[in-house]
Amino acid sequence: MIDPHLYHVPRLGRHPSRFRLAGTPVITVMLGSFLTALPVIAQSPIMPPFGLLLLLAWRLLRPDLWRAWIGLPLGLFDDVMSGQPVGSAMFLWTVALIGIDAIEQRMVWRGYRQDWLIATLAIIFCISGGLFFAQITGGGNVTLFLVAPQMVWTILLFPFIVRQCAWIDRWRVMA
Amino acid sequence: MARPASRRPGINRKAQYSLFASYVVAVVGAALGLLLVVVAIFDPTGFAAIRIATSEVSRPVSNTLKGMVSGVGSVDEVLAAYWRAGSQNVALRRQVEADRNRIIEAKAVAQENVRLKKLLRLVDSDASEVLTARLIASSATSARRFARLNAGRWQGVRPGMPVRAPEGLIGRIHITTPNSSEVLLITDTSNIVPVRRANDSIPAISTGLGDGSVEVRALTAGRNPFKPGDLLVTSGIGGVYQPNIPVAVVVRAQGEIAYAVPLANPARVDAVVVERAFEDAVTRTGPAAPGVADEPAAGNVAQP
Repeated sequence: MIDPHLYHVPRLGRHPSRFRLAGTPVITVMLGSFLTALPVIAQSPIMPPFGLLLLLAWRLLRPDLWRAWIGLPLGLFDDVMSGQPVGSAMFLWTVALIGIDAIEQRMVWRGYRQDWLIATLAIIFCISGGLFFAQITGGGNVTLFLVAPQMVWTILLFPFIVRQCAWIDRWRVMA
Repeated sequence: MARPASRRPGINRKAQYSLFASYVVAVVGAALGLLLVVVAIFDPTGFAAIRIATSEVSRPVSNTLKGMVSGVGSVDEVLAAYWRAGSQNVALRRQVEADRNRIIEAKAVAQENVRLKKLLRLVDSDASEVLTARLIASSATSARRFARLNAGRWQGVRPGMPVRAPEGLIGRIHITTPNSSEVLLITDTSNIVPVRRANDSIPAISTGLGDGSVEVRALTAGRNPFKPGDLLVTSGIGGVYQPNIPVAVVVRAQGEIAYAVPLANPARVDAVVVERAFEDAVTRTGPAAPGVADEPAAGNVAQP
């Protein structure tokens, strides 16, 4: 009898399928965007943008995984799910990814704290940009105070999401 | 972590072109996204067709989850009801006794009302209700306040229709897809509802604040007439909402603005009613009614 815990040990000469390697990150980000389908009728913007968090986590954890254009399809899906005007996350996510590439060019070495700092900047940019787009597309007079709590706990949640991504990533690359 | 090798192609010409092309695609796509936002400035309800596929997928998910968790939201209420159950029972019984007389009076008034309306030959259409449905999800991550309703175009829901709960007004339909639709809640910063104070008909305009409350501005000149405890109901001006739907209770007056809390909490209500726009309900049976605009501006004070 083989110990069931040993089933997921990587075995020599075996590789995970291409779909698992490439599809897992995309599917997790889309599931993060899909969380707005939960039956919560929110009275204010309370839920952190999990799609954005997962995108940043994957990008910073695995820099080789995606090129910057991945923000376009994933952002479009997030726009459709989130109630923001279509094009908002498409633009903001792609610009954030290009910005991360630019920062990475200048940084010789980055660790956990630098990752969190980069993610903080990206989160502030995307949430306040989303607020601005909501304002100009007929949202009326929305103030930054409204999204400040959401911004704070999105930033605080980032290390937890990175940890979960790393855990999924270990499963992803194991055959 | 050191810099990744894929962003430094070195002298490999193919890798250089591939990296360059990926940035071209990204920048062009980002510009396209910006263009879509600019289009949305002029046509906020556009691109509804893109949402059809995802709403068809997410509707059953939300609906099932809603069925599983409905009741959880009111657990605190149930627990609180056990506290002082005895004294509350006595108080409620007295209240029922007192209310019974009032109900009889109200029935008499209603009867008289019907008789007087017949005398005046007023058309009072009761067929304004389209359907009853449930709110199944919302835009919890966005600064806008939308809720998703599990009924759509195939069930007869159209953009601009008012949505209400037994407790009060919820909002109006913003976008419809075949089987679901998005409701613009009255707490959204762009939703303007013409209201009046219930006891003396002072007209006002209620605008959402995005945080679950609304701000109320009186249309009368002079100082702010509202004080905490005032009940606001829809006035029927503008032609979207039926008159006399309860909207909110004023909790604070500050300068020219009064802050109010909606009576119907969309997170608590079990089912909501979609009604015909007031204008449609009135003019449908009337003779030779003028054409009604597709989406009448809620804040428009002009009466046709």
